[in-house]
Amino acid sequence: MPDNTQKPVLAIRDLRVAFGDRRHATEVLHGISMHIRAGEKVALVGESGSGKSVTVRLAMGLLQDQKRTHVAGHIWFDGIDAAKGGPEVARRRGNRVAMIFQDPTSALNPTFKIRGQFRDVLRSGDRSISKADADRRAEAALAEVSIPDPKRALDSYAFQLSGGMNQRVMIAMALANRPQLLIADEPGTALDVTVQAQTLKLMHEMTERTGTSVLLISHNLGVVREFADRVYVIYRGRIVEHGTTAQLFHDPRHPYTRALLAAIPKISGGGLPDLPERSPDFENPLIVHEGCGEPTEAFA
Amino acid sequence: MSNILRSFLYRLGAALIVMIGISMLIFAIARVMPGDPARIALGPNATAEQVAALRLERHLDAPLPVQYWEFVKSVATGDLGKSLYTNRPVTTDIAQFLPATLELVFVSGILMILIGLPIGILSAHYRGRFPDHVGRLISLLGVCTPAFVWGVILQLVLGYFWGWFPIEGQLSQSVTAPPAVTGFMLIDMALAGNGAGFLDALHHLILPALALAMSGLGQTARLTRSNMNEVYERPYVEMARAYGFPGRRIAMRYGFRPALIPTLTILGLEFAAMLGNAFLVEKVFGWPGLSRYGVEVILRKDLDAIVGTVLVIAAAFLIVNIIVDILVNIINPRIRLAAGRA
Ligand SMILES: Nc1ncnc2c1ncn2[C@@H]1O[C@H](COP(=O)(O)OP(=O)(O)OP(=O)(O)O)[C@@H](O)[C@H]1O
Ligand SMILES: [Mg+2]
Repeated sequence: MPDNTQKPVLAIRDLRVAFGDRRHATEVLHGISMHIRAGEKVALVGESGSGKSVTVRLAMGLLQDQKRTHVAGHIWFDGIDAAKGGPEVARRRGNRVAMIFQDPTSALNPTFKIRGQFRDVLRSGDRSISKADADRRAEAALAEVSIPDPKRALDSYAFQLSGGMNQRVMIAMALANRPQLLIADEPGTALDVTVQAQTLKLMHEMTERTGTSVLLISHNLGVVREFADRVYVIYRGRIVEHGTTAQLFHDPRHPYTRALLAAIPKISGGGLPDLPERSPDFENPLIVHEGCGEPTEAFA
Repeated sequence: MSNILRSFLYRLGAALIVMIGISMLIFAIARVMPGDPARIALGPNATAEQVAALRLERHLDAPLPVQYWEFVKSVATGDLGKSLYTNRPVTTDIAQFLPATLELVFVSGILMILIGLPIGILSAHYRGRFPDHVGRLISLLGVCTPAFVWGVILQLVLGYFWGWFPIEGQLSQSVTAPPAVTGFMLIDMALAGNGAGFLDALHHLILPALALAMSGLGQTARLTRSNMNEVYERPYVEMARAYGFPGRRIAMRYGFRPALIPTLTILGLEFAAMLGNAFLVEKVFGWPGLSRYGVEVILRKDLDAIVGTVLVIAAAFLIVNIIVDILVNIINPRIRLAAGRA
C-alpha cells in the first residue's frame, strides 16, 4: 500500500493540452491527473501515441514555449506551477527534476566533450561551482555509475563511447545534482535489450541509494512489473487505470489494461508487444484501486 | 594530425588539376573570341605589316597546343606574359591591382561573418518572433538584391543623402597615398604610421565592402538560421533546456556550435564568390581593383592579361576553399579525431 503521508514531489492536476491553431487545435491530453511521492517509483504505460511523452515533456517545461501548444491544468513541483512552462520554469524548477532520454548518444552534444557538458549540468545546480570542483564531482559521479575510467570518459566525445556508456553518463548527469524526481522516457530503448536491462538495473540501484523518485515511461510491462511501485495506465490521452503494481497485475479491472497484460507473453520474443485491438470498452471511465486516490492537499 | 596534412596535400593536388583545366579552358576561349588581338592593340591606324609583326612576336599564328606549351613554359618561370594594352608584364599589372581587390573582399568577408552569423543566431533563437522577422527580411533582401544595386543604394543613402561615407575611390584627395610596401592600402598606411590616412582608407572601404558583403551576409544568416533550427530539434538541445541551462548558453553551445559546421562550408563558397562579384562593386565605387582590370582586358582581347587575371582569381578561390576545408576539419571533432586515429 503506498505511503500517503508523504507530500508529493510532482502532482499533475487535470492537465489538458492541445496542439495546433486556436481554431483547429487537436486535444492530445484530456485531463490527466497523477502524482509521485518522495522515493516512489511510478510507471506510466500505454500504447504508442497515447500521450506519455507529451505528459512528461510538459512537466519538464519543454513544450510550452511553442506557439501552437495550448495548456490547461496544473503541474505542481512543491509550490511552483509549471504548467505555463518556459525556460523561466526550467530555471526555477532547478534540479528538483531531471530527465533521461531514449537515445543517450543523441542526447549528448557531439561538438564538445562529456566534461564540458557535465560542467554545464553541475553549474545549473550550483552557479558558482569552480571548474576544478565540477570536474571532481563529475569524476565521482561517473565512478558511482561504474564507469571504469572516469577521466577518460570525461575527455571523450559522446560518439566515441558506446551507447551503454553514454547511458551511464546520462544517469550520472541526471543524478549529479541530487534531484527529487527522475523522469525516464523509455530509457535505452534505442539500445540493445541487454544494455537496456543493465540501464534499468543501474537506475534502480542509484535511485534507491539516493532516495530519488522515478517516473518511468515504458511500453514494456515486464520491465514495469519489476521496477515500479505504482502504475498509471494511459489510453488516448486519458488515465484509464491507476493502482499499485501488485493490484494492477493481479487484478486488472479496466478492459484496456487487461488487453495490455494479455499482450505480455509475446514480449519474450524480444520485439515490441503486439498492441491490443482497439475496442469501445477501452473508453470506459477511470478505475482507481484502493489507497491510490489523488492527494487532497492544496499545492498552490 | 598527419591525416589532416594528408587531406591538405590531397586538396592541394586537386586544386592544381583544377588550375590546369581552367588555364586550358581560358587559354582556348580567349583565342576563339572574335577579333584580332594584335589589330585591337595597335589600333585602326596601324599598317598590316605592323599587325603581322606583332602576331609573329606573340606566336599568334602558331597552332593552339604550341601556343599553350609556350605559355606553360613561361608560367613555370613565373612569367604570365605581357599585356598588349599596358605593354607591361601581366604580373606587374596584377601586383598593382590585386591588393585592392583582396582588401575589399577580405573586409567584406569579415562583415559577412560579423553581421550574418549574429543575425542568423538571433533569428533561430527568437524563431517566429520579432527579431526573426527582421532577420529574415534583411537576409532575403541581401540575397535577392545584386551587389551593384546595393552599391548604388548605399552610395545614395549613406554617401549622398546623409553624407556619412565617401562615394568613390580608395582615399580622399587631400590624403597622400603611402609608399607601396605591400600594396594593401590599410597595411601600407599602418606601416607608414599614418593614423589619419588609415582611418580615411577604412572610411572609403566600408561602403563597397558592405555592398559586396550583402548577398553572402544574407546567405550566411539564412543558413545559420535553418541549420540552427534543425539542431534545435535534436535531443541534446532538449536536454539542455530540461536542465534549465541559460538561454545564451543553449543558443551558442548547443544550437550554434553544431550548426556552424555545415554553415562554414557554404560560407567559404560565398567568400570565394565575392571575388567574382567584386567587379561590379569596383565599377560602381571606382575602386582600382583587379576585377575592373580584368574586364578592361577582356574588352580589349588582351590575351595574356585575360589568362593571367583569370588564373589569379581562380587560385584565390581555390586557396580560400582549402582554408575553409581545413577549418571545417579542425572544428568538427568527428573528422578531426577520425583523422588522428586512422
Ligand atoms: N509537438 C507536437 N505537436 C503536435 N502534436 C504532437 C506533438 N507532440 C506530440 N503530438 C501528438 O500527441 C500524441 C501523443 O504523443 P506522445 O509522443 O506523447 O506519445 P507517446 O505515448 O509518447 O508514444 P510513444 O510510445 O510512441 O513514444 C501523438 O498523437 C502525437 O502525434
Ligand atoms: Mg514517447
